[in-house]
Amino acid sequence: MNYNWDWLVFFRQSVTGEGYYWEMIARGLGWTVTISLLSWFLALGIGTAAGVARTLRNPAVRWTATVYVHCFRNTPVLVQLFIWYFVVPELLPAKWGDAVKQMNPALNQFLTVVVCLTLYTAAKAAEQVRAGIESVPASQTHAALAMGLTTAGVYRHVLLPQAFRIVLPPMTSDFLNVFKNSAVAMTIGLMELTGQTRQLSEFSAQPFEAFVAATVVYMVITYLVILLMRWIENRSRIPGYLGA
Amino acid sequence: MGYDFEWGTLLRAWPYLAEGMAMTLFLVAVAMTLGILIGTVLAVVRIFGPRPLQIAAGGYVNLFRSVPLILTIFWFYFLMPPVMRMITGDQNLTIGAIYSALAALTLAEAAYYCEIMRAGIGSVRGGQMHAAMALGMTRSQALLSVILPQAFRNMTPSLINQTVALLKDTSLVYVISLNDFLGAATKLGQRDGRLVEMYLFVAAVYLALCSLGVWLVGYFQKKRAAGA
Repeated sequence: MNYNWDWLVFFRQSVTGEGYYWEMIARGLGWTVTISLLSWFLALGIGTAAGVARTLRNPAVRWTATVYVHCFRNTPVLVQLFIWYFVVPELLPAKWGDAVKQMNPALNQFLTVVVCLTLYTAAKAAEQVRAGIESVPASQTHAALAMGLTTAGVYRHVLLPQAFRIVLPPMTSDFLNVFKNSAVAMTIGLMELTGQTRQLSEFSAQPFEAFVAATVVYMVITYLVILLMRWIENRSRIPGYLGA
Repeated sequence: MGYDFEWGTLLRAWPYLAEGMAMTLFLVAVAMTLGILIGTVLAVVRIFGPRPLQIAAGGYVNLFRSVPLILTIFWFYFLMPPVMRMITGDQNLTIGAIYSALAALTLAEAAYYCEIMRAGIGSVRGGQMHAAMALGMTRSQALLSVILPQAFRNMTPSLINQTVALLKDTSLVYVISLNDFLGAATKLGQRDGRLVEMYLFVAAVYLALCSLGVWLVGYFQKKRAAGA
């Protein structure tokens, strides 16, 4: 059997009338990037809050954050997605559940994926933030408190600025993971890059071109994220601190 | 909350779920064993190999680490059969979903294990290689009986962590309809209209298994910190 390579397939009309094949890839990429960036920004906020909560004195707050982080880090992201999509609407009060089910399906899928990825990623980010906070010597907290800063002030002006800089490199891989994890969206019918690629390979009968294209796109995303994070790292570096 | 739970569905589904769990554990066992093996070879090549091989191994690791695992599974599921047909010339050759899944999981995890082993080899002090060679060992002897045993011991917590990640990742074989734990639960849940109970149970089981892994990591870290 000889495979007929045909790289021009991307400039041909789809047999299902969805426009050119390259448009399918572009649409998928659009979803992947939108979902990932949105989830990442939300996760940074929630992750920081949860990470801070894990270092607070109040046992109720600390334990809530610990349980959240443990549960969301230790179940597969696909299982979490199915729970958000199939289970949660059933368990909500009937009125809310019906509202969710009657929503525009595309919007429902999009929101579900964003909620799922945000909370999954935030749990990982929380661990990084906590590790960053704990790596700042306790004497700095004591000194700041002695100078009259409130607890919030200590976090805002002393701990977090240092913690964020320390955790930037490990955060890069979390950021990359959001893009990769967003591929689970296809399992509930949201056709992001991986899902579109699979459809493209079936519609066009040119699977090799389709998968090679998707692989290249993902590698470019990875490279861009690494460049971006390196730039942020350089810009935020304090002279004389952390190997600057 | 208007939902009537019917947990009895789990009891009736039990034999099928157990089969699914066996499949999941099988995938984990094979991908872990082969993944660590291949990953260690890759790590050794990346550190000690000749320049072209170093670059090739580095490219392999970067490729597998930058694409989603679902896409990797699709590569092997959709692309491996035609490739194998071309190589063997056998037009009717098929490759089961399970082999595609095993190949994808093993080769993808090998890339992650490689990075861990690379750090592990780096954690063994450089003088030991020289000392072993001064004692008359060859490079490979020094590697096998001096460097790697220490690297494995130093990296045990990270290797377990990665295996926990692998356990979670195996659920992605759902996309090629393989009957792993999640796949089995989905099928029965859809048949009986009891997805809620099924998915909550599945989540609890994964949580328990991963928690065990996390506890093991802590145990080994404590043991190492105690200098045992």
